[in-house]
Amino acid sequence: MRAMSQLKRVLDNGDMAVTAECGPPKGADSEAIFKKAELLRGKVDAINVTDNQTAIVRMSSLSACSLLISAGLDPVLQVVVRDRNRIALQSDILGASAMGIRNILCLSGDHQSFGNQPEAMGVFDLDSIQLMQVTKTMRDKGTIWGGDPLTKAPELFIGAVANPFADPLELRIIRLAKKISAGANFIQTQCVYNLDRFEEWMNMARDRGLPDQVSILAGVTPLKSSRMAQYMRDRVSGIDIPDELMNRMQGVPKNRQRQEGINICVETIQRLKEVQGIRGFHIMAIEWEEAVGEIVERADLLPRPSYDQG
Amino acid sequence: MITAEQKPIDEIREMIEPYEKILLLGCDSCVAECAAGGEKETAMLASTLRMSAKMDEKKALIQEKTVDRQCVKDFILPLAEIIDRYDAVLSLGCGAGVQAVAEIFSEIPIIPALNTEFIGETRDQGYWVENCIGCGDCMLYYFGGVCPLTRCAKSLLNGPCGGSKDGKCEVDPEVPCAWQLIFERLSRFNALDRLEKIYPPKDWSEKQGLGPRKIIREDQQL
Repeated sequence: MRAMSQLKRVLDNGDMAVTAECGPPKGADSEAIFKKAELLRGKVDAINVTDNQTAIVRMSSLSACSLLISAGLDPVLQVVVRDRNRIALQSDILGASAMGIRNILCLSGDHQSFGNQPEAMGVFDLDSIQLMQVTKTMRDKGTIWGGDPLTKAPELFIGAVANPFADPLELRIIRLAKKISAGANFIQTQCVYNLDRFEEWMNMARDRGLPDQVSILAGVTPLKSSRMAQYMRDRVSGIDIPDELMNRMQGVPKNRQRQEGINICVETIQRLKEVQGIRGFHIMAIEWEEAVGEIVERADLLPRPSYDQG
Repeated sequence: MITAEQKPIDEIREMIEPYEKILLLGCDSCVAECAAGGEKETAMLASTLRMSAKMDEKKALIQEKTVDRQCVKDFILPLAEIIDRYDAVLSLGCGAGVQAVAEIFSEIPIIPALNTEFIGETRDQGYWVENCIGCGDCMLYYFGGVCPLTRCAKSLLNGPCGGSKDGKCEVDPEVPCAWQLIFERLSRFNALDRLEKIYPPKDWSEKQGLGPRKIIREDQQL
């Protein structure tokens, strides 16, 4: 069993970390996970497994993470507060740690009205910040929320998300600070296309000394087509794609748009490397895990560091 | 106030079908304010049901009465004088009114004519909005007078989520993001420091843990 999070090791060692995303299948299909795992093996340090993203029913994040563990990879368990109350969440956290999962990412979750179960009751017993508080309490104090002792505390590297592109910006920084005090060890941001806005957000974060207290991984998503770019800009909340990039995607023929999307992604990473306080990258290639290998190679992020297991 | 809307007429007709003599019982408080179950709406519904009984050539006695508060025992008790004349009561009260009448007159069927909606305010003519879930531990001070439990689609106490854009909620672009409103109001009062605090998980044991809630105040009892 993995003794320690590989993601934590890389960050502790001062190396640039790279994570990617693996969306579980809409079915009881373990092969789909193993296939994605092989596309990402050796290309990234840890793999986020989404939790019924966009409120569409999929294989559970916890089970898919356990499959990744069996394939010898370091998963990041994404947990949303939409579907489970504090009893279920704490129970899953214990199970996750027992199975060797060493990273957790705490999120609110896309609202149930967006998915294929719009009639579901949203739970939201905890919010994402409270989930971090609860997880940190379990890990550091060895108790569940309320103080009852655990027979063994979970070992988890705790992460949170941040959206530098949602409004109002000032409140985004307050919330980032709250996430850090609630227990966030690392932050993965919403995908960056608008670098000016991202830098403005980073400057504000630096003014409060936040990048010194948490490892910020900038999120990137390669665009597959100009249609996808348009869809994301207009329909996905919290995505900000400047006109310049829209025009660039539209300006190349359809059969070369995927390549252009990868080019933009690589250039974005190169530029983000210059931004002070960035500790790594989170590459969300949505249903396009094949792209990750090329992106990390061209962005000079290979080979991924390996350390003696201890 | 408690808001409500009238059920579809076909559903109401189906529920009252077995009965011949029906008392329509309106309530002149909250549901009158939201134009669902006051004296006027009760008269209108009675007239609709009478007409439809006539068209169906169904024998029916449909009468109406409106009390000041259907959820208060003192206002319900006088119904004892007339209630025996009927086979059923069709209540235009909120869920509390329906159940209060049922509790006192246990021998007669009580049928709801309304769908009870929420605790809210009359924002404008014909426009009601939800703004309180009755959590039992009011936190409006911390949030500048805007309740995130009610008005944020995810009930976040440490919001906002990443979905607010131009001050609107991702769930419905017509709906203002509660956290945007909280931010604006606290900024105005120079109280943004209240948002730096982490609000811990809410204690729901009072609201949900012990069955239906009650308030007992000896100082108010005779």
